[in-house]
Amino acid sequence: MIKHESIETNAGLLIALTMIVISIGGLVEIVPLFFIEDTIEKVEGVRPYTPLELRGRDIYQREGCYLCHSQMIRPFRDEMLRYGHYSLAAESQYDHPFQWGSKRTGPDLGRVGGKYSNEWHVAHLLRPRDVVPGSIMPNYPWLLENDLPYSDIQARMRALRTAGVPYSASQEEYEANVERFGEEVAKQLDILNAEENLMRQALNGNYDGNRGRITEMDAIVAYLQVLGTMVDFGQYDQGYFVEFR
Amino acid sequence: MAHSSVATPQEYNYEIIRKFSIMALVWGLLGMSAGLYAALQLAYPFLNFDIPEITFGRLRPVHTTLVIFGFGGSALFATSYYVLQRTCQTRLYSDTLASITFWGWQAVILLGALSYMLGFTQSKEYAEFEWPLDIAITVVWVCYFWLYVQTLRLRSQPHIYVANWFYLAFILATAILHIFNNIAIPVGLFTLKSYSVYSGVQDAMVQWWYGHNAVGFFLTAAFLGMMYYFVPKQAGRPVYSYRLSIVHFWALSFLYMWVGAHHLHWTALPDWTSTLAATFSIMLLLPSWGGMINGIMTLSGAWHKLRTDPIMLFLIAALSFYGMSTFEGPLMSLKSVNALSHYTDWTIGHVHSGALGWVALISFGSFYHMIPRLYDTRLYSTRLVYVHFFLATIGILLYITAMWVSGIGQGLMLRAFDDFGNLAYTFMETVTFMHVPYVVRAIGGAFFLSGVIIMAYNILMTIRQAKAEQAAMEAKIAAKMARA
Repeated sequence: MIKHESIETNAGLLIALTMIVISIGGLVEIVPLFFIEDTIEKVEGVRPYTPLELRGRDIYQREGCYLCHSQMIRPFRDEMLRYGHYSLAAESQYDHPFQWGSKRTGPDLGRVGGKYSNEWHVAHLLRPRDVVPGSIMPNYPWLLENDLPYSDIQARMRALRTAGVPYSASQEEYEANVERFGEEVAKQLDILNAEENLMRQALNGNYDGNRGRITEMDAIVAYLQVLGTMVDFGQYDQGYFVEFR
Repeated sequence: MAHSSVATPQEYNYEIIRKFSIMALVWGLLGMSAGLYAALQLAYPFLNFDIPEITFGRLRPVHTTLVIFGFGGSALFATSYYVLQRTCQTRLYSDTLASITFWGWQAVILLGALSYMLGFTQSKEYAEFEWPLDIAITVVWVCYFWLYVQTLRLRSQPHIYVANWFYLAFILATAILHIFNNIAIPVGLFTLKSYSVYSGVQDAMVQWWYGHNAVGFFLTAAFLGMMYYFVPKQAGRPVYSYRLSIVHFWALSFLYMWVGAHHLHWTALPDWTSTLAATFSIMLLLPSWGGMINGIMTLSGAWHKLRTDPIMLFLIAALSFYGMSTFEGPLMSLKSVNALSHYTDWTIGHVHSGALGWVALISFGSFYHMIPRLYDTRLYSTRLVYVHFFLATIGILLYITAMWVSGIGQGLMLRAFDDFGNLAYTFMETVTFMHVPYVVRAIGGAFFLSGVIIMAYNILMTIRQAKAEQAAMEAKIAAKMARA
């Protein structure tokens, strides 16, 4: 047995032992998550965000929405009734970073997609108390005033591609995406056509109610409308996802 | 006078400590004001004034960054440099490195706060700094580590005092956590925007491994270092148990790193991870309370000091809040309790009983002890220290009580069913319910902030008094010289 005195008289030893002691917990809990296959459920339908949704997500981060809204529905009866099926790990596998949140000053948004109309979202984001009396959410009038900057959309997608999101930068990758997600989705994930795809989705979707312009409102509403809608839960038996927990 | 090998106070680098102390107070005032304003926005949302830069979502990281890294960080730099020099009885290894840590740290805090207001954030809690600032922090931190270790090597006695173990563990752990949590791919070299390399469940785990250990090492271990120096000093007694401090140190360092996943109970994180985190959270109660007992019992035989010494009040109240919040933490990490408490204000209350009750009070007590010594004078007013103490304590109690009411209340309302099995309340009804606690919380925050304003005044007057005394002394000497 070494005496503790030998540690407290030797700075190098103290540092080395401290490093060992503080490293173990993280190694045991984090590293396996990258290798255990069951960590992320096998499920169909989850895809990376389209360019417009991605820009919407950037704005969601910029405004700090995650500080009051979670995107992680827990497997409780009240949450299922209020928000829908509990969230899967698969559903945030392309979220760099995750937006699960830690606080519900407002309701969970994990499955807000498709619950309200685009018009409702625009009215709500402009002046929340117009549609939800008593709400304490701030007004976001600038989302409709600001044109959406998207000249760097390709750079954003390339950064995410480096981080592991399957946006395609070559014919080969595009074809792999067609195989994996189908042609319609694969086209949206093609970095080289990002601007065109973004413009087309904004104009066709007309999320902000103004076809003449592409605003930040277009992007954030497009993002909100896709949240939690990618997986078709009708396809799976109840209990299928439990195997992965 | 005979020269000894021991450095005298005049030979220590006190200048760097003075600078960090003053900036700690400046960031404390700004950060707590931001917090108070954010609290008022939740009670009265018109206060967002439709100004993007100050809406709640952008102001909240400004608050957390200024208080944790601005106030807490600067207080840690200040006290660690003080403790390091005093316990090693040597001057800091390099004044230049010390200056780099000062200017680098201040610049990072300022630019960080401004960048959040402009909308640049990694959106990872307590790690919102974008990539260039993360790199700057890393550089500052390497300088800090190097300075610390080199100064330790210059120590004039064989033993490294226990306070330094804790400061050292804090420096090492913060480095590991900061680097691994912030690995990101920048969108371009000339933009602040980046995307985390991790995604989804792995990102959540890395983030809360970081997030909880920012609490464990930045806000706990380091402040325990502060405790192990300033409590015995102010009490005039040695640490209660040397053996307990050894157990405390190693157990705390080992166990803390396991518990982060208790922030992710019932989420899509695998059960094995969150169960492991819950188990270690319960175990963590033991070293936490061991440390608290070690601190409080240091006063045994000198309890009467609580009657006459307001600084001792700060230190002992801090340890009491430390004991309380490290009991509440393991309780909240139980999965059944967490099912109710998670996502609610109970968490916010818990954080503040630790942050205001433990971190801020131990810092205030240490500053009241240290700053007069840095300027070779006495405190301007002991009475104002009492006033500060009571304002702070009332503020904390109002704050955490309001958050218990709002958090537990919301948790219960959200899971309530009526006789037909339908949800009894809409989400909006819980928001309405939380209005009164939100107002009370803001009042509590205002109490706490007004205490800090009084402290800032007291410290300012202490420094002015020191300068006046010094000038008088110099005049006296000059007069004497003239006569001679």
